Amino acid sequence: MPAPAQRRIVFRHIDEPGYTSDLACYVRHGGYEMLKKAVGMPPPAIVDEVKRSGLRGRGGAGFPCGVKWTLLDRKSGKPIYLIVNADESEPGTFKDRSIIHQDPHQLIEAMMISSWANNVKQAYIYIRGEFPQGARILERAIAEARAANFCGPNILGTNYGCEVYVHRGAGAYICGEETGLIESLEGKRPYPRIKPPYFPAVLGLYQCPTIVNNVETLCHVKHILEIGGDAFALIGAPNNTGTRILCVSGHVRKPGSYEFEVGKITLGELLNDVCGGPLPGRKFKAVIPGGSSAKVLKFGETFTLKNKDGSTRTLTVEDIPMDFDTMAACGTMGGSGGVIVMDDSVNMVEALANINAFYAHESCGQCTPCREGSLWMKKITARMVHGTARAGDGALLKSVADQIAGRTICAFGEACAWPAQSFVQKFGDEFKAYPETKKAAKPAGALELV
Amino acid sequence: MIAPPKPDLITVNVDGREIAVPKGTNVIEAARLVGVDVPHYCYHPKLSVSGNCRMCLIEIGMPAVDPVSRTPFPVAASGMPRINWMPRPQIGCATNVAPGMHIRTNSPLIKDCREGVMEFLLINHPLDCPICDQAGECKLQEQSTGYGRGYSRFIEQKNVKPKRTPLGPRVTLDDERCILCSRCIRFCKEIVKDDVLGFTDRGSYSTLSCFPGRALANNYSLNTVDICPVGALTSTDFRFKMRVWFLKQTNSIDAESSVGANTVVWSREGVIYRITPRRNDEVNDTWLPDSARELYKAIHASDRLVAVKVNGTDSALEFAVGAATGLFRSSAGAIAVVGSGRSSVEEQFLTRKLADALEAPTHLVSRVGQGDEILISADRNPNVRGALVVGLIQALPKTRVAGDATPSSRLTNGDVGVAAPVRTGGLTELAAQIDAGRIKAVVSLGEDLAAAGLTATQLAKISIVYLGTHANATSAVAKVAVPTLTVFEKSGTFVNQQFRLQKFSRAVPGPVGATDDLVVLAKLVAAATGTKIADEIGPLWSVLATEVPALRTVTVANLPATGLLLDGTPWAVLPFAEGATLHYKPAAEPAAAGALKS
Repeated sequence: MPAPAQRRIVFRHIDEPGYTSDLACYVRHGGYEMLKKAVGMPPPAIVDEVKRSGLRGRGGAGFPCGVKWTLLDRKSGKPIYLIVNADESEPGTFKDRSIIHQDPHQLIEAMMISSWANNVKQAYIYIRGEFPQGARILERAIAEARAANFCGPNILGTNYGCEVYVHRGAGAYICGEETGLIESLEGKRPYPRIKPPYFPAVLGLYQCPTIVNNVETLCHVKHILEIGGDAFALIGAPNNTGTRILCVSGHVRKPGSYEFEVGKITLGELLNDVCGGPLPGRKFKAVIPGGSSAKVLKFGETFTLKNKDGSTRTLTVEDIPMDFDTMAACGTMGGSGGVIVMDDSVNMVEALANINAFYAHESCGQCTPCREGSLWMKKITARMVHGTARAGDGALLKSVADQIAGRTICAFGEACAWPAQSFVQKFGDEFKAYPETKKAAKPAGALELV
Repeated sequence: MIAPPKPDLITVNVDGREIAVPKGTNVIEAARLVGVDVPHYCYHPKLSVSGNCRMCLIEIGMPAVDPVSRTPFPVAASGMPRINWMPRPQIGCATNVAPGMHIRTNSPLIKDCREGVMEFLLINHPLDCPICDQAGECKLQEQSTGYGRGYSRFIEQKNVKPKRTPLGPRVTLDDERCILCSRCIRFCKEIVKDDVLGFTDRGSYSTLSCFPGRALANNYSLNTVDICPVGALTSTDFRFKMRVWFLKQTNSIDAESSVGANTVVWSREGVIYRITPRRNDEVNDTWLPDSARELYKAIHASDRLVAVKVNGTDSALEFAVGAATGLFRSSAGAIAVVGSGRSSVEEQFLTRKLADALEAPTHLVSRVGQGDEILISADRNPNVRGALVVGLIQALPKTRVAGDATPSSRLTNGDVGVAAPVRTGGLTELAAQIDAGRIKAVVSLGEDLAAAGLTATQLAKISIVYLGTHANATSAVAKVAVPTLTVFEKSGTFVNQQFRLQKFSRAVPGPVGATDDLVVLAKLVAAATGTKIADEIGPLWSVLATEVPALRTVTVANLPATGLLLDGTPWAVLPFAEGATLHYKPAAEPAAAGALKS
């Protein structure tokens, strides 16, 4: 059965020949029509559309966007802020970047619709420091939109005004965590806040109610307004509505970002049909389906899941639909949509060493388990790869990871623990055998770098 | 059966024990009330919650509630509510109790959490306890023993960080020992409002540092050493001087201002090594100015008086008392007594008795500086209110006007911190009487009359009986000079700005040659009146209780640890010099306060 065709909603104009990032092009393609529609609607009606659409966050956690907006403390009398999380820092994820670079006005229009819906007077785009080009494009787009009254004071001639600011981060993974992002935006170290009590919907930016949404999530708001919340809810699978962008990287013939209806394509279809399968002469070995912090899936393992009627079904890795709920049921997550593929040329110890190095470097250092545990895991895998590996190191890694997950201030604890837990659990033999593997790989008398 | 809770109390269950605690209490404090220790590092009761050490993880559960009727589901068998335990452990410091909350502090999960955190804290810790000043009072040691695994699985290289970074003039940082709890950062930001500390770098390589161009130089910097749960922040003064377990702890009071911060004096074999704060939530919380910690250095000063002198010649106490008695007779009717706001209540009482016997007018030297709005008040005398309570003075001494500043004396100002000079004075009336020839002899209780405003000519006109600790212009010209004891060498009480009676105790013996002020005063009183009077705290307090109305019901032996609040209403109208400090607000009298400041 051939893979279903892409359904490009957010990505409608991405990579389209002749499509440029300027306002004229955007307007020519029907841009800002939805904003015009929005300012004619009562704000609660828009919130209601988003709620009915069932849109879930595309940044990693998959939290329902409408619920997030509903939790907002609207009675405090304090201003409400909107922050676009454009920190896209999860390894393996490269979707927001395309939107920012090629279709910035889509984001700005969606921001203005969301701001109108939530009575936001100031909105921020927090963009990671590694996207200087993206920041410049956004700033130019905001200036254009402001000149055309699509943002700034008196939007489209109404009394409503909303300013948009681009804020560049300094290059830290943790700034993608929403409360860390808020701290960073306030000019402090991006130490994630303790929750409770600092839920952004109540005590966010400058202790005011704040919405933090991912770029892709927010862009969907425009399309929900276009087709209606109920119609949007029919796209994809129940509770996993709409489309989402899947960023495939690693050992496939055609890596790239593809937009599909959520849950309508399986991992096997995505990798084999859409991405052209493994490289010549290789076999798929493992895949991380939702950014590097998601738990790894091993090709060949099977999952027995319960159906609603009580019966069970068995899925192979290839059978898993790319949605939020089935992924979670299979012990991993849809996460940010970053699909990292590894074939049989990869040694899993070395792959984990790479991931551990990343998380040890990015741990903010605020709370003990993550600060000490992530570096310890890095030191273990680095020693295994570059020094003396011990057969018991795998078990030690898993034990350290177990002491981190679920005990930290923010989700970074899980992000750095899940790879180690899943790698050791699923590829334990490779960890046990690694001392021998290394000896075999380096024949006696081989020259060494000194 | 659970008793119905009081309105402001809520009932929670800690490890199976029901307990009523006030609303807003966090789990650590609630558990403390039933004697359950929830280990923690970053949490400090007087600072904001940061929740970063993860040592206080506990399990939280709430009674399951029927979604329709909103009533709890009882378990059929026991009738107790069914508890929905949260899937993840929560931090006790940031979790406030809620009605019906169930808390587990000793489950297998929590034991594992604590072992995990302890292991993490120790993997990059240098474990240099044998040379660490914190050893013996180190939370890391204590909780490692109590909650750790007892062995290490870490075989990698430890992180290496700087071992001796001066953060300021009095604090040295050993970065390797730091567990990044951020207590010191929060203290500087929240209590001193001097936000100079922060973390740089990230992850396990994070280090504490001062902002560029700044230093941890405020007068409260050593509190960061006190609250540091490990040996990272060390006192440059105390560093490597003495093991803490050899030190004797004596409760004392900070005598540098009328705040009366509670202290502990740490000494060994008659030598004081350091002074630290003692918690008193009514006075100083857990804080103490740096300047208060250096006061003890004055007791070893080279200008310390150690010999009784009569007419400038070494003598003995009996001869000195005899000489003074002779002076009292020859100058009868022309004697003045200059009391001190730095004397204890007991000494002030005997001073009053002496003045009564001699029918001498009493004076008090005022000592006014700038308050820092935390723990140093404008009135640098620790016990002016004591003088009011025992009746040594009826009105406050006059303060000197600005611009008339004299160098402050060591015991009130120390060498550090308090930049603004202290103005001593209040003897203008006495000066006029000396000029008029009506006063021929003066008894001074440790006060330097020259520093307080008397001129050399005026000093030359009078015969002085001086009881004091250090040499000064007055002791040099005194007819009779008797060396006495500092606050660290004697016991007594002070009445602070809140009219709180607080006790201090003798930490070390005085130098050979110095006599307890009370003994000298009692001898002088006996000589002047012909009747013996008690010269020790215990017996003297029976006299105080009968003769001083405000102290009628007070037993000094049973003074509460937080001190005893006396009734200050008789003196409420007086224009006291103090501005607001921690736990103290002056009575609203803006006109009087304004006049004093000008």
